[in-house]
Amino acid sequence: MTMKNRIEVKIGGFGGQGVILAGQIVGKAASLFDGKHAAFTQSFGPEARGSACSSQVIVSAERILYPYVKFPDILVVMSQEAFVKFSPALKPDGMLIYEKSLVTPVDLPASVRTAGIPSTQLAEELGRRITSNIVMTGFFAAVTGIVSEEATRKAVMDSVPKGTEKLNLEAFEKGFAYGRAHAAPAAAGAAQRGH
Amino acid sequence: MDTPNKETTPGTSPAPRRVKPKLVVDWERCKGCGFCVEFCPKEALDLSGDFNRKGYHPPVVDDAKCVGCNICELICPEFSIFCKDAEGAPARKGKEPKKTHLAEPLLRMDRMPHIWCPGCGIGTTVNCFTVALSQCGIPREKIGLVSGIGCTGRVAGYVNLDSFHTTHGRAIPFATGLALGNPDMKVVVYSGDGDLTAIGGNHFIHAARRNMNLTVILVNNFIYGMTGGQTAPTTPIDAKSSTSPYGASEPPFNLAHLAETCGATYVARWTALHTRQLTRAMQEALNKKGFSFIEIIAPCPTLFLRLNKLGDGLSMMRFFRDNSEIQNGADTRSVAIPYQGKIVLGKFVDKEEPTWLDRMNNQMSKALGTRHVPYGAPKKEGEAKS
Amino acid sequence: MTRTPAAVQAPLAGFTGADPAGVASGDHFMDGDFACAEGALAAGCRFIAGYPITPSTEVVEHFARRIPTIGGVFIQMEDEIAASIAIQGAVWAGHKSMTVTSGPGFSLMMEHIGLAAMAEVPCVFVDVQRGGPSTGLPTLPGQADVMQARWGSHGDYEIIAICPNSPQESFDFTIDAFNLAEQYRVPVMLMMDECVGHMHEKVTIPRPEDIKIFPRRWTKQAVGSYLPYKPEFDGWIPGMVKAGDGHFFHITGLTHDERGYPAMSVECQESLVRRLVDKIRLNADAICRCEEIGLEDAEIVLIAYGITSRVAYAAMEEARRRGLKVGLLRPIILWPFPERRIRELAEKVNTFVVAELNYGQLSLEVERCAAGKADTILIGHGGGTVHEPEAILEVLLRAAPDAIGRQGPRKRMSPLRAAPDAIDRQGPRKRMSPLRAAGKKR
Repeated sequence: MTMKNRIEVKIGGFGGQGVILAGQIVGKAASLFDGKHAAFTQSFGPEARGSACSSQVIVSAERILYPYVKFPDILVVMSQEAFVKFSPALKPDGMLIYEKSLVTPVDLPASVRTAGIPSTQLAEELGRRITSNIVMTGFFAAVTGIVSEEATRKAVMDSVPKGTEKLNLEAFEKGFAYGRAHAAPAAAGAAQRGH
Repeated sequence: MDTPNKETTPGTSPAPRRVKPKLVVDWERCKGCGFCVEFCPKEALDLSGDFNRKGYHPPVVDDAKCVGCNICELICPEFSIFCKDAEGAPARKGKEPKKTHLAEPLLRMDRMPHIWCPGCGIGTTVNCFTVALSQCGIPREKIGLVSGIGCTGRVAGYVNLDSFHTTHGRAIPFATGLALGNPDMKVVVYSGDGDLTAIGGNHFIHAARRNMNLTVILVNNFIYGMTGGQTAPTTPIDAKSSTSPYGASEPPFNLAHLAETCGATYVARWTALHTRQLTRAMQEALNKKGFSFIEIIAPCPTLFLRLNKLGDGLSMMRFFRDNSEIQNGADTRSVAIPYQGKIVLGKFVDKEEPTWLDRMNNQMSKALGTRHVPYGAPKKEGEAKS
Repeated sequence: MTRTPAAVQAPLAGFTGADPAGVASGDHFMDGDFACAEGALAAGCRFIAGYPITPSTEVVEHFARRIPTIGGVFIQMEDEIAASIAIQGAVWAGHKSMTVTSGPGFSLMMEHIGLAAMAEVPCVFVDVQRGGPSTGLPTLPGQADVMQARWGSHGDYEIIAICPNSPQESFDFTIDAFNLAEQYRVPVMLMMDECVGHMHEKVTIPRPEDIKIFPRRWTKQAVGSYLPYKPEFDGWIPGMVKAGDGHFFHITGLTHDERGYPAMSVECQESLVRRLVDKIRLNADAICRCEEIGLEDAEIVLIAYGITSRVAYAAMEEARRRGLKVGLLRPIILWPFPERRIRELAEKVNTFVVAELNYGQLSLEVERCAAGKADTILIGHGGGTVHEPEAILEVLLRAAPDAIGRQGPRKRMSPLRAAPDAIDRQGPRKRMSPLRAAGKKR
């Protein structure tokens, strides 16, 4: 069943990488600061145990009816295991965003567009590898365009622990700049096409 | 062996008076248990040869022997005897001359007669409770009473307080909500051994652990009364019940020890015979901040005594007289109650610990500083006024 | 296609604004569980007793974080039985109070839902439904506690149950739940589900003055002559008091008279239980709330509630796109059930299609009220996820009249109905209870 203007995002990684917070930030940016509809869910239960964990965000211009992501338009992976687990469901015309130094995309349909960033390394350059998810969030905003730069920046500031705003803002800017410099702007337009 | 009631409570002791009070018997309320006759220190009472309308022999008083000590008033489980100040008696300590039963203003007399059997000890404990209430210094409207289900569970229906007859076993969690909801109040839980320590056992231990500001008065008659004499967690090994027809084989709880171990800050045990000591213990418990626990051993003539062929309520009261030993401060590990054995009585624990609310407020203010809004300060006027 | 907005509620006299201390005004991105806790705070609830159970725990976690800076109590009890009665103690101390749980804990709370109904204790029970029975699917959604909410405790009684389909509604309806509890002096169930409870969406919390609060209705009787169960309001509802004010009142779960005293008589049972039941049944039209979309020309009415109503909406839109005359009826208040509305619709539509995350609960009510005048088709689901909109669409297409080129409407498809005609055709019209019939004459 077609749902216009609906973009489904899945973010996967291993525990501790902050994929839940990254998803929340995207949802918050879209719904609170971009004036769109967004629904965020996370996987609980057996799927959330072990190494692969994930969060899901749906962003839409219209009211979101079906609450789950089954076939993501955009898959963000921060571990190889998450790539293996979640990439089969990625839509053939979808987009893969991945942690360059941790993930090697294999066996993807040619129609899938990809964008990689060494977010962990960039975060380490900032002195805190824990901000890798925020670097990734900045990159995500830059290469997909489904959340605006300003909205995402606000959502980051609104979501991170008190006292860490400056560090996380730097992480966001770094990821965003990397996305602008290294990814083709066309990708964002393509992702926005929806399905 | 101790003589019961040798300890006297200030205020209830017979003060020297010029005019002797007059003993009044409510003829129709009496169920002929004989407690008053047996335990009158002056042998001033005897059972009448006449019947009342229920077919019992109420007591008659020899006015010449009566000194007005009011032990009969306190021990009568039917509220049917009271000492009345004689006409023209001088006011004592600024109080009005006594004209009614001491329990009268604190009970719903429109609900009498109560449902308890002849020779049951619960009425006696309620008598003591009303005296404790009137002397504890806490305004009556600031005392709430919560019961569960069972014979003792009916206490809530008879006391003239804000009173709550809840579900089986759940008096303590209800009381927890009531006490935390209105921290100005002293909340009393009054219920039986089966209710509070079998189905309600989990709540009992946790309320003690939290040092919730509650007074728990447990009437232990070693059996389920209301449902017909089944084994309780207090039934001694060898005692028979309707579900242990060949004698109980499970070890019972030593409730005083259980309460202390879990964190109770006041633990005492008395019998229904020890009315003076029990009254004093109730007063102390009412004025105690935290989880105070009083276990009262009481006769259940209809079930425990009948099933075990131990006579009537009076026989059990005599047994209490002959087999109890007062050991204040006793190690609660040593006070388990064997079947038909020695019953150790006394105040076992009395210590100061912060209550749940004290600890909660302290913790929050430690963590949150000035952002903490302390809970439990007296309510502002006009707020939630009914 | 017209739509009755879910949020519209007839304004009632006697509402006030909210205590600003508990209101976090503004836009938030939060899940249904957090929104429920915020709703409780906005409603003036300052006492929650709870016990941890997935997927409801976040409600009390959020409340526990917030309440110390507002002034109130969160206490984690030793079990759900304790939690469900501690809140009632708090009500009699003057609080608005609530407990929160999920399936297995909800089962443990049943006796105290009965107590709250019997003693007319205004309080709120939140059930974040997960897949059952037993431990079932702790982290995944279900809607199989619907009948339990209505009938789970023993004896005759009525409650109100309200069912949100989004975090925003979790906030709004928690406030409504408190208001209804006060207005009718009943326990009110907020029937959330895991999906709504754990899903984050935008939640707008209004300014305190824009939140409608139904305050507790305190007795107008004088101290000394207070009768706890004398109807004082609307002809049904006794006035409340709180402990500590000198009324010396008595409350019991036994059958009781106006004094609150136990009264084991047939007459007393009749007048008390009758009032407990009638105060809801005879006010059902005022209490019931439905969201209705496109019902004016509908031949098929799709009925769904909670999270399922969102998926059903998608299926309905697609069905309409394909030319089917399908409308959507979403009961917002599940109990009392919108009987009158279903009976009206049964006179004019062909078929009710009920989608719910269970194998037939509210559909039984629909079938009862349709009374053979329209078919009822259940799209059951064991829970663990939500229906696929396609699955609902498929049933709608098959239920549609022959003009669409599908099967006729009179074909039942519920897998549970082994011999549908034998069961369904027999005398449904006679099912109206004598009680209700008598009540209508009033």
